[in-house]
Amino acid sequence: MRRFFIFAAVFAVLVGLAGLVLTRPQRVDRTQLDGITPDLARGETVFYAAGCVSCHSAPDAVGQEKLNLAGGRRFESDFGTFIAPNISSDPVAGIGSWSALDLANALIHGTGPKGQHYYPAFPYTSYANMTAEDVASLHSFLGTLPAVTTESTAHEVGLPFNIRRGLGGWKLLYLKPGWVVDGDLTDQQILGRYLVEALGHCAECHTPRNGLGGLKRDLWLTGAPNPNGKGRIPGLTSDQLDWSEADIAEYLKSGFTPDYDSAGGEMVEVIENTSRLSDDERLAIAAYLKAVPVPQIEPPSE
Amino acid sequence: MMKRFSIFAAGLLTVAAIGTAIAHEGENPAVKARTSIMQLYAFNLGTLGGMAKGETEYDAEAATRAANNIVVLTQIDQSEMWPAGSDNVTDPSTRALPAIWENFPDVGAKGQALADAAVAMQAAAGQDVEALKGAMGNLGGACSACHKAYRAPKD
Repeated sequence: MRRFFIFAAVFAVLVGLAGLVLTRPQRVDRTQLDGITPDLARGETVFYAAGCVSCHSAPDAVGQEKLNLAGGRRFESDFGTFIAPNISSDPVAGIGSWSALDLANALIHGTGPKGQHYYPAFPYTSYANMTAEDVASLHSFLGTLPAVTTESTAHEVGLPFNIRRGLGGWKLLYLKPGWVVDGDLTDQQILGRYLVEALGHCAECHTPRNGLGGLKRDLWLTGAPNPNGKGRIPGLTSDQLDWSEADIAEYLKSGFTPDYDSAGGEMVEVIENTSRLSDDERLAIAAYLKAVPVPQIEPPSE
Repeated sequence: MMKRFSIFAAGLLTVAAIGTAIAHEGENPAVKARTSIMQLYAFNLGTLGGMAKGETEYDAEAATRAANNIVVLTQIDQSEMWPAGSDNVTDPSTRALPAIWENFPDVGAKGQALADAAVAMQAAAGQDVEALKGAMGNLGGACSACHKAYRAPKD
């Protein structure tokens, strides 16, 4: 009997240790960015395609002011209120002191420079699929933007979600690099997939989540309740969005729907970003959306 | 008994019908007027958008006509079409948010941005399809800027 208790105790310690090991923040290989020459023009494209400005600009900033990435916008969720941090080039208040590797750890593993887990309100589950070249180029481009000294505000998150170690477990479940739509895709669809699944992080809003906040990948882009409670974020699969590829590309450029109504709500800010992409990139997004499979199961009604 | 019930039911139906008629009559003509202007925008934008998307062949004259119409629409004085009490809280037939009546200077600035974008389109539409495509973005951006700030989402 005593032996059993010793065994149980050792087992518990081992499970605990394994848990600690499994939930520790991950980092990219230190050599990952070796030999990559950042391309500023590409960095600017990545910046807009990834929509950095839509969350990290100051609340109510317009026009050029939006390039001051002071943070401060509030994002309410079932887990608490997340407040976008300052990611300007200020070395103290912002991320100006970060190396490209620091940025890679943040984007690909959701790990901060001090080895802390970030909350997935920062869409690293999508950015995990970014190429090393794009990370390095984005790092260079961010360095060219203004330094802003606004202090970042702490998230308003209560127990148990304020225990960041727990995010290691969440990442084990839901941080899954790799493509959702796979199989025989054209080059154009592959470009669109990169823009939608990795940089554009469209699924973060357009795919429903489970009770733990993980994306239901089997209901990819089928629409979801609006986290702010009003209305529904529409599905983008071909059974729900019957627009032509030209219609989708035009919407992402000018915001006009096929009826020549205009976008409203959160999509207006998304279109401010996608309007800066090329026609080819917008058409690639449209081509990808047409390739997203329509799930056989009915999305749950709210 | 049955007859009485029937009379009662008929009476109820009549009341309901009158109620509906009143509700219909109560539809604010100012809301109808401004919605009509939006439809005229959409119709003319459709001409330009079809060419921008490559769905219809580029036609410099037709594009110019549509762009001219859009400029005219921006010049309509809408002062009387936005009376107090024609917001979506008071009147469910509109998606116009009460914030409009609290931010007239900003609404005016956004209207001016639309007028400027329309004039730019007027200059571009007759040039060639590339110029037309280029002007669509600002025009759409001007529409969206106001709709984002001052229009309630559908549903």
